[in-house]
Amino acid sequence: MADQQALVGPGVGELEDLARQARVHIVRSIATARGGHLGGPLSAIDMLVALYFRVLDVRPQEPDWPDRDRFILSKGHSSIAWYTALAMRGFFPVEELATFDAIDSRLQGHPDMTVTPGVDMSSGSLGLGFSGGVGIALGAKALDRDFTTYVMLGDGECNEGIIWEGAHVAQRYQLDNLVAIIDHNKLQQFGWHGDDVSQRLPPYTGSELVDRWSAFGWKTFEMDGHDIGEILETVMAARDHKGSPAVIVAHTVKGKGVSYMENDFKWHSRVPTDEELAIAFAELGEGDGGGAGE
Amino acid sequence: MTLSMGQPLRVAFGEAVAELGKENERIVVLDGDLGSSTRADIFEEAHPDRFYQMGIAEQNMLGAAAGMATLGLIPFVSTFACFAVARALDSVRVLIAQPELNVKITGGYAGLLAGMTGKTHLMFDDMAIMRAMGHMVVIAPADEVEARQAIRVMAEHEGPMYVRLTRPATPILFEDDYRFELGKTTVVREGSDLSVFSTGVQTTRVFEAAEVLAEEGIDIHLVHVPTIKPLDVAGIVSAAEKTGLAVTVEEHTIVGGLGGAVAETLSEHYPVRMKRLGLPDSFGESGPNDQLLEKYGLSVEMTAWGIRQFVRGVVGR
Repeated sequence: MADQQALVGPGVGELEDLARQARVHIVRSIATARGGHLGGPLSAIDMLVALYFRVLDVRPQEPDWPDRDRFILSKGHSSIAWYTALAMRGFFPVEELATFDAIDSRLQGHPDMTVTPGVDMSSGSLGLGFSGGVGIALGAKALDRDFTTYVMLGDGECNEGIIWEGAHVAQRYQLDNLVAIIDHNKLQQFGWHGDDVSQRLPPYTGSELVDRWSAFGWKTFEMDGHDIGEILETVMAARDHKGSPAVIVAHTVKGKGVSYMENDFKWHSRVPTDEELAIAFAELGEGDGGGAGE
Repeated sequence: MTLSMGQPLRVAFGEAVAELGKENERIVVLDGDLGSSTRADIFEEAHPDRFYQMGIAEQNMLGAAAGMATLGLIPFVSTFACFAVARALDSVRVLIAQPELNVKITGGYAGLLAGMTGKTHLMFDDMAIMRAMGHMVVIAPADEVEARQAIRVMAEHEGPMYVRLTRPATPILFEDDYRFELGKTTVVREGSDLSVFSTGVQTTRVFEAAEVLAEEGIDIHLVHVPTIKPLDVAGIVSAAEKTGLAVTVEEHTIVGGLGGAVAETLSEHYPVRMKRLGLPDSFGESGPNDQLLEKYGLSVEMTAWGIRQFVRGVVGR
């Protein structure tokens, strides 16, 4: 709901520690499942933790509460990051993260709104979650409902034509109840090569993303997607902007938090070995080195 | 007997959804910049505040409709069948069919007669594609009477649905007291020689063809199948049992639509000799309606010819 303030909740220091814990859950879940994605979830998780603990007006015990703020992870392959934030916020037990991608699990490889509490729209075929969010924001205006719809996109996802279809329509209807957050981690799954094939170029460079959204009539913001304080401040400003939809280009690092995963496209969807896992847990301050567990 | 001419199904759609809009404020219409063709403009005229122009951008339109449906709105999405079913198929699959959202997809200009447009706009594999889609209900009304009722039924029943709407004026088959029932067939002509299953506006042509054939001593039991999915298995089996021969006729490819559905059903429940009449493995072309129907075997005369050939082949007369 449109406050002028962030919701009451953990302070920045606490959020940073929650994000660290979330990274441990993410890495462990992927190792346990022996599949899924890591690079994108690790670039998105600081923002997800900040959103779920301080921004989104939601009720974990009543996930379908009609007046809740909506959140859609349109970059659906980062589902484990969304599930981790939802679990830590209390939508379902954190232990359930161990069932990620398992048969009969509520935590499907890509988000499925029919089974997971808190998932407001299915996603995974890139671009679609965004158009669903445009529809929710449009419907909220039609019904005079006072909640905000947040959609997180990947930067590579902005390759999809449907993104720009939706961007046009959202501007046309002045959907200032819609906030898009682009996880601009500068790498996509494979991408374009540079001078040699080991170098992968970003989907958009410099100010290209900001310029494009701005040209579509959206109010644009930029932030460091790993700085919790800056995230809270920027998201509030985007939410409170009136007269047009708002987009935040969040500068992030793919694989953030695990040194050998950072900025390496190969960690888009690789599963760590036991040795790599131990290093990851050590770096994330998970003392015993963890192991895949379960 | 020649049927009297009625309104095109697109007009029936526009008028029906505008009428429903008076009764139910949750009904909204989304248009992909074709409202003056699909006749969604009739709704805009009546309810401008609930008419959403979504531009020439069908993928987003179908996705946005899904988002609106999560809030309890009942979106009728209006565009040509080729764009709803082919262009925007991923949005339909992932955001409408998989989550079973209450979106009503209206495919205008479906079939062979799309107003001199040619193969890009002709869509006669729509029923096959939408029938294969999980959770999707597929409806093909025969005339304006049935179309008006089908639109009402779509608004009243929760869940994703596709309705086939056609462009040209269409003969009236049904009396005003006819009642369309979702998932039910209706016998439009009692006969004893062979059972003919038809759907959509083609049923009006088959009905007239049956009159021609009756004069030649071929007595057709004509079953109209307005709901392709869910299919009225009992109705189709009992009609096949009645005569022991089955023909399907549709303004649609013979692959995977009515013909496919009836063949699947009868082969499992009551195998009989059967013949599928409809469009061949092709994309069609431009041309005047009467010439297209003649060339592609769907005119009254060519429908009669197709059925006659089958009967001769089977019973040798």
